[in-house]
Amino acid sequence: MPLRNDIKKVLVIGSGPIIIGQAAEFDYAGTQVCRTLKADGLEVVLVNSNPATIMTDKTMADKVYIEPLTLPVLKKIIKIEKPDSILPTMGGQTALTLSMQLAKEGFLKEQNVKLLGATPETIDKAEDRQLFKDMLESIGEPVIPSKVVTDIDDALAFAEEIGYPVIVRPAYTLGGTGGGIASSKKQLLRIGENGLRLSPINQILVERCVSGWKEIEFEIIRDSRNNTITVCSMENVDPVGVHTGDSIVVAPAVTLSDKEYQMLRTASINIIQALGVEGGCNCQFALNPDNFEYAVIEVNPRVSRSSALASKATGYPIAKVASKIAIGYTLDEIINTVTGKTYACFEPALDYIVVKFPKWPFDKFVYAKRTLGTQMKATGEVMAIGTTFEQAMMKAVRCIELNLDSLNLKKLKEKDPDTIEELLHHCDDERIFVVYEALKRGISIDTIFEITKIDRWFINKLNNLIKMEHTLSQGELTQDKYKRAKKLGFLDKTITTLSGQQPPQKLYASYKMVDTCAAEFAAETPYFYSTYDEENEAREFIEQHSTGKKKVIVFGSGPIRIGQGIEFDYCSVHCVTALKEAGYEAIIVNNNPETVSTDFDISDRLYFEPLTPEDVDSILETEQPWGVVVQFGGQTAIKLTKHLKNKGIKILGTSADSIDAAEDRERFDKLLEHCNIPRPNGRMAYTTEAAVKEAQKLGYPVLLRPSYVLGGQNMIIAHGKNDVIEYMDIITATELENPVLIDKYLMGTEVEVDAVCDGDDFLIPGIMEHIERAGVHSGDSISIYPPQTLTQEIRDTIVEYTGRLAKELNVSGLVNIQYVIYQGQVYVIEVNPRSSRTVPYISKVTNVPIVDLATKVALGAKLKDLGYGSGVCPEGDYVAVKVPVFSFPKLHDADNHLGPEMKSTGEVLGIDHDLETALYKGLIAAGYEMHKVGDSVLITVKDSDKPEVVPLAQKFVDFGYKIWATKGTAEYLREHGVPSEIVNKHDGPSPNTSDLFDTGEVDFVVSTSTIGRKPAVHSVQMRRKAIERNIACLTSIDTANALANSLLMRKTLEDFNMVDIVKI
Amino acid sequence: MEHGNHLTEKEERKAYLILADGTVYQGKGFGAAGTTMGEVVFTTGMTGYQETLTDPSYYGQIVTQTFPLIGNYGVNEFDSESKKSWVKGYIVREWCEEPSNFRCGKTIDQYLKEQNVIGIYDIDTRALTKKTREHGVMNGAITTELPGDMDAFLQELKAYTIRDAVKSVSCTDQRFHQADQQQLHVALYDYGSKENILRSLLERGCSVTVVPYNTSVEEILKINPDGIMLSNGPGDPSENTEPIAILKELMNAEIPIFGICLGHQLLALANGADTQKLKYGHRGANQPVVDTVRGRVFITSQNHGYAVVGETLNQEIGFVSHHNANDGSCEGITYHNGRAFTVQFHPEACAGPLDTKYLFDTFIGLMKQQ
Repeated sequence: MPLRNDIKKVLVIGSGPIIIGQAAEFDYAGTQVCRTLKADGLEVVLVNSNPATIMTDKTMADKVYIEPLTLPVLKKIIKIEKPDSILPTMGGQTALTLSMQLAKEGFLKEQNVKLLGATPETIDKAEDRQLFKDMLESIGEPVIPSKVVTDIDDALAFAEEIGYPVIVRPAYTLGGTGGGIASSKKQLLRIGENGLRLSPINQILVERCVSGWKEIEFEIIRDSRNNTITVCSMENVDPVGVHTGDSIVVAPAVTLSDKEYQMLRTASINIIQALGVEGGCNCQFALNPDNFEYAVIEVNPRVSRSSALASKATGYPIAKVASKIAIGYTLDEIINTVTGKTYACFEPALDYIVVKFPKWPFDKFVYAKRTLGTQMKATGEVMAIGTTFEQAMMKAVRCIELNLDSLNLKKLKEKDPDTIEELLHHCDDERIFVVYEALKRGISIDTIFEITKIDRWFINKLNNLIKMEHTLSQGELTQDKYKRAKKLGFLDKTITTLSGQQPPQKLYASYKMVDTCAAEFAAETPYFYSTYDEENEAREFIEQHSTGKKKVIVFGSGPIRIGQGIEFDYCSVHCVTALKEAGYEAIIVNNNPETVSTDFDISDRLYFEPLTPEDVDSILETEQPWGVVVQFGGQTAIKLTKHLKNKGIKILGTSADSIDAAEDRERFDKLLEHCNIPRPNGRMAYTTEAAVKEAQKLGYPVLLRPSYVLGGQNMIIAHGKNDVIEYMDIITATELENPVLIDKYLMGTEVEVDAVCDGDDFLIPGIMEHIERAGVHSGDSISIYPPQTLTQEIRDTIVEYTGRLAKELNVSGLVNIQYVIYQGQVYVIEVNPRSSRTVPYISKVTNVPIVDLATKVALGAKLKDLGYGSGVCPEGDYVAVKVPVFSFPKLHDADNHLGPEMKSTGEVLGIDHDLETALYKGLIAAGYEMHKVGDSVLITVKDSDKPEVVPLAQKFVDFGYKIWATKGTAEYLREHGVPSEIVNKHDGPSPNTSDLFDTGEVDFVVSTSTIGRKPAVHSVQMRRKAIERNIACLTSIDTANALANSLLMRKTLEDFNMVDIVKI
Repeated sequence: MEHGNHLTEKEERKAYLILADGTVYQGKGFGAAGTTMGEVVFTTGMTGYQETLTDPSYYGQIVTQTFPLIGNYGVNEFDSESKKSWVKGYIVREWCEEPSNFRCGKTIDQYLKEQNVIGIYDIDTRALTKKTREHGVMNGAITTELPGDMDAFLQELKAYTIRDAVKSVSCTDQRFHQADQQQLHVALYDYGSKENILRSLLERGCSVTVVPYNTSVEEILKINPDGIMLSNGPGDPSENTEPIAILKELMNAEIPIFGICLGHQLLALANGADTQKLKYGHRGANQPVVDTVRGRVFITSQNHGYAVVGETLNQEIGFVSHHNANDGSCEGITYHNGRAFTVQFHPEACAGPLDTKYLFDTFIGLMKQQ
């Protein structure tokens, strides 16, 4: 069937801010969808609150609303735009849930809007536990048997029926408190009775325990004619028990014989056909490793993180095909763009193996619990492709940017074998490295398997790497041995370290194409991965497609992590587009399967590779580019600068030397001195002693951080000697190559500027002012454009300084500068001669295509010829407020107190004509409840904040809230005329803070403290408890004030206009 | 150093893959040692290597696996599609020394040694596949010793052809298989039949008499079957003059016929259509086939180097019911007599998707109707 003629205008709902579990994969999907629908001549209306996405670019849809993803907003937009259909399956769980609500309320029917891709019945069958179970039973597909019981005898009887071990899950206890695995009747008696007692409604779920089974996934696509194909199978290295987002995953499945494979494939097809999904779907199975028994774990009737991975792993664009199906096409009508000859109705055949490796935020949240389980904790992931598992795995560990060149983790080296064996029992982010170390210590494969249940196949493959390490360390490094090591993924540097010898003859990687069909058909995809074979398909491709254009490589930003998010992918994609428009061939190197930049039809060629110097060298060898770009790929790309410079590669834009001048403390200080621009006093130290001494000289509070960091990694404000010592102990645990920087901390207004510079002129699209005073990382601050409180004189100074710095640093392209305004004076805090996380949103609200201009400038154009003028752009009619979004509920024991170290995972934008409305929208979009639910606010702040908390508390009182406060705060408030009730600390006698949280009467918590981070600290525990109860926790007085002001507007979303940013 | 795990890498012996055009790939040997010649083909299936090795349709061929990691789950005693391996040689990128699966009985290396199949690994199988794709199927040889006189060797290699394929793989005596609850009785012509055709019939309540490829119509009628099944098999279909003659006659008997792969081609030839050699065939588990009657596409398992030329089928006799979604080639014929239908692909799967196994039910329906 061709395009349905009853579809003309489609509303596409995005997934909102990046949070753990819902990341850039939905920008990738959404972008594909918008492009596909537009190509079919449909009018597209897009709603997404996330401004850092490609999909919210003005060119992606006919109407683009960066508005909160809530029901009132969607209703309002539907009424304004009158779309005939909604595509609910492309924006993750967020879009699916919202669409369901709209349908169930009857709103869609009333407005004559169709749901495409999945009906409410379909979604219900997949999402509702009981309906899901019923559906599976009706088609004979096994579910994990479980039963809700309220007494222990029923529990025992059910366990007898399904067999031990069983999992006990008490109802309504937080984080599964009181649950556990029972392997015998005796254990079930104990765990079951305990669980019943702990459950407030005396109810437990008894479930067959399948942890340790293999976890297998299938990505499936079905069309309206019931044509069904499976795109990809995936096998989790970590067995059932670890969330698939936290698992190392390989594609295709490798330990299944054809019988098991077809059994699960058929099950997937039966399920999608029973559900009636028209589009993409994901099925997860648990497979007993000892027989053919299996059970369905989960089904997602929409595109997902796994479908993004499957798309990149196979070259099959699932989101694109799914959206074509949603508007009426069938699989046999959709051309496979990879081959250009065949149709989308086939199953990709792989001739390589893919390894996906998660990126966790534990390097940021040093005190967070690292245990992996059913709650996903990874912020991002990388993918590596190889012709051997070993090679793909070695590439993957290079991609995750833990500074690893192999699976050897330094900190495990000093542990004794008993400890290593003990550690195997801990299922955490480092377990794969523990397995590797265990193998090295001679712990048997069987023992490792028994403990971890990681299939022996994987353990044996890891052992192959160890064998190679051993071989390399013995005897002469022959060319043959060297080549074998390369095929297993070893870097030259590692080979040389292990063998003590240089390779006889250096080998560069050659490249193979990802073509969906294992070379059965000629393909045109410019999508490559490295191997160590003779034939180099990338080189052939370049020769055959010679355009005579100059070639430019854009280095991407790798995995999404806190501090380096989707914004950098946005910049990389725009750079590629600008290069292509300017008549260059643009080549991208990146390894993140979730992103738009790694969609193979974005660039002229895509290399899916680690971003280390050696990996890059081989690409340079094959491509022989005219130039390279490093300024858009975050620190990942910037890190390559020195290496590229030493190789004599032409770096477009700001030179390596300038980058160094901005990052090297001493050079930077000299530069500022030369420009006559002040910065907060600062010093350097390598040791704890020196740090304490320098801090004392500067006077507390001071800011401590390592040089060369992004996202304020490992940055703290020290209020006294103990803070410095605690910090230095953590930092010096790993070798210090660069000094720790110690700066006088100035608590003033923070201002941020992105500018494009060409060496002579500069252009500032807009100045951004932060609500939170300096000390809160800029990425975690609410940022406002245009600034609201700065005097003209200060603005002029900022513009003046920006120009001076850009010129002095000889910036060519983008620069991001952070200032602090303290006692009426402007100080420079940081200068980053590269793209920043504010670029996407400021581009959208100012209508200045920043990356495009920066790219052109880097290629040699002059700002004066580009039509956007110079200096600072005039302010527009709109106020835009960027509000950070955090993923704290998913990270146990991580302190949510904002500080100089970045903690947010994503952001939303509120946009309107005035600050108050924009801020209100931003806060709603970020998930704050802006109306009274409970009846009180809890305030507990450090002494220095007490004066400021008085007017704040009064605002909450004015709004109608009762104030609870801990003793010191309460007394202070009373003394200053604000009524408040005393509540004890969370472990004190009742009424304590925990009691308050449990009753649900507290809507907001305002909590600041001088010391933090450690989970044992009182205030940290209290805040954690609030987060677990889903209570908004404000740790900066400034944020709290902004929120209180918004509340006092006493408005709802119904009162506001929706802003189509295409029109601004 | 004390160490519980093996630290030494596997033993290696050099081996060479020589193609008829003179290309020599150096790799390493596994399985049996020696020299072998055959027609080099590739299969894109990512699982099911054991089924591939034991599929009689590969008679005379050296099989290349495009998936690089082969032998991951070892070889077991259940999944073979015939009693032995019929391939003339085996080409992989990497074979797995330490397979892992609950049914694993031995490594693929052990199995190939037992079966005396010469294998070569550490070959750039993608480069080889591309060459096969561009050039068309080519003869090749795997050898552990480079020939002294290469020219003479290449002459011999070029001259190699697969002859008497069906005769070589077919059974020689009739054999009866009793279904648990017999409802029907099927005569299965064994042109190199895969076990799963037999299993698929048995599990649907059909007892089966497997008969040699040249069993006469008379003898078939003696068995008094409810239906006749024509199996898959190797080689050039047009060579099989004797079976084709038999099938011509059988078309007139009032018995339903269901043909798979070679069986499909032979019945088409018997009805006056032509077959042709495909450039490099269809071998894998991901071939999309359009069922024009149902208006749907099915993913199928395939293994064939020849195909029926759909245009040559007399439209009064039958029509092309299935075609390949990629290249449009004929994938199935339904005959107007209402009794016979055949498909080019493998509804019995093994290896491959089970999506078209309903065709066996169609066959049973036909038999019951009669």
